[in-house]
Amino acid sequence: MTVLLLADVSGGDLSLDATASAATAAAKLGPVTVLVCGTQAAADDAANIDDVSAVLLAEGSAYSNVLAENVAALIQSISNQFSHIVAPATSTGKNILPRVAALLDVMVISDVIEVVSPDTFKRPVYAGNAIQTVKSNDAIKVISVRTSSFDAATLGGSAAVSAVETESEVGLSAHIEDKVAVSDRPELTSAKVVVAGGRGVGSEEDFTIISALADKLGGAVGASRAAVDSGFAPNDLQVGQTGKVVAPDLYIAAGISGAIQHLAGMKDSKVIVAINKDEDAPIFQVADFGLVADLFEVVPELIKRL
Amino acid sequence: MKILAPVKRVIDYNVKVKVKTNRKGVDLENVKMSMNPFDEISVEEAIRLKEAGIATEVVVISIGDKKSTETIRNALAMGADRGILVVDDQGVDIEPLAVAKILASIVADEQPDLVILGKQAIDNDMNATGQMLAALLGWGQATFASEVKIENGEAVVTREVDGGLQTISVKLPAIVTTDLRLNEPRYASLPNIMKAKKKPLVETTSVDLGVDIDPRLSVISIEEPAERVAGMKVGSVSELIEKLQDGGFV
Repeated sequence: MTVLLLADVSGGDLSLDATASAATAAAKLGPVTVLVCGTQAAADDAANIDDVSAVLLAEGSAYSNVLAENVAALIQSISNQFSHIVAPATSTGKNILPRVAALLDVMVISDVIEVVSPDTFKRPVYAGNAIQTVKSNDAIKVISVRTSSFDAATLGGSAAVSAVETESEVGLSAHIEDKVAVSDRPELTSAKVVVAGGRGVGSEEDFTIISALADKLGGAVGASRAAVDSGFAPNDLQVGQTGKVVAPDLYIAAGISGAIQHLAGMKDSKVIVAINKDEDAPIFQVADFGLVADLFEVVPELIKRL
Repeated sequence: MKILAPVKRVIDYNVKVKVKTNRKGVDLENVKMSMNPFDEISVEEAIRLKEAGIATEVVVISIGDKKSTETIRNALAMGADRGILVVDDQGVDIEPLAVAKILASIVADEQPDLVILGKQAIDNDMNATGQMLAALLGWGQATFASEVKIENGEAVVTREVDGGLQTISVKLPAIVTTDLRLNEPRYASLPNIMKAKKKPLVETTSVDLGVDIDPRLSVISIEEPAERVAGMKVGSVSELIEKLQDGGFV
């Protein structure tokens, strides 16, 4: 059995954390070949992940923006060499893998949190309120992996990189532009500390106190859906069932009530701190340390004293 | 331009789900059911395209038992034109691959220019049907849409991606899957709910459509996740800092 792992690439660069976490899951299934749709540098980075035995580099212009139609066609064309096709459950992986699965006439298994055996996997359903164990009866298993559930594979490997010669420009879609937030903060899904704000923060201006605490702790900034819908924070910061799933060592939720959809994205954090004026807020039911207080008094004090 | 909007009847998003003691599924008895919130957003978008004079007809499809008629009627009350119910009484969740095959067969018949559907159903959380349908039809796909513009035979779609936003264009006919920020769905007015009862709704089955919906995955078990127990309330910022420092968390 051999595994094809689609690396997570953005702007030509490798997203190392996501790819290395997915590599840990993939390595439980067999020797791992990583497919990199990006630059030579991204391929070299992927080759450096332990658990990776080979790297395929697709440098063609059809793949540079990781358009689903082109990448899925490429994976289909090389799929007969593999028993499993795996990708991290990032926005790119979620976009491409179901398309690959349908091209191969197999089911996709999304958001795997545990590999039970080469054909059996655990995954959350109903916003993480139930865990399903499913066995695939398909010839090729196509699975996306929740990166926060697997430790990143260590670095130090030196897999051989070879080029993919074929190019499949399907011509159905075209890339226009990316509006990507540039930040010096750690990546939300792999940060050790996440400070998240909710509706209680009240405005985009006031959201800066959330970021200030995150910066003080060297952490990432998160937001509830309510905060994103209200325009306090951009969409890429949303934590929850349909946003990002995080499991940091420390998660500080300020002004977040704790709807089940939000809890789905953060309840696997090691330590949860909740700060909320409403003592009945459901967030306190999952918090290790809860403080019933005004976040505008607590957060500045934390920034000063931590 | 004709638009198809598939909708799924799911447990309402406010309901706390309970796993059955036989570990074969979750309790659906006497539980409030609603239209999948993402599908509601896609119905709204389709109706807005019709109101803008871009679309001419909005056809709503649902697959499930007869109660899914309600979900279709809701969409008709919002402003969709007619409905198709693919009746399935087996009481098990139909996999996205099978759903996509059923939809592909309806697409072949209806010849729409756009199929717009939620990015995921909040019950199985697979996030797959739209992408699978696009693959089966050989169409382009624009997933996780937060803005949709139709111009010059293309859909120009802004997508919510991990790093922020991405804009792509897809040639029509195409598949669009919707994300939360695309729009805020309207409430149906009482007169429109009454009118919706008279709108055409036809029934068919996967057998009539000639589609094999046998599952590819066997569900071995469904379990409650490990329960997280509430910790303690602290009385002050000082106490919080002390706890965090004692535990080595900061």
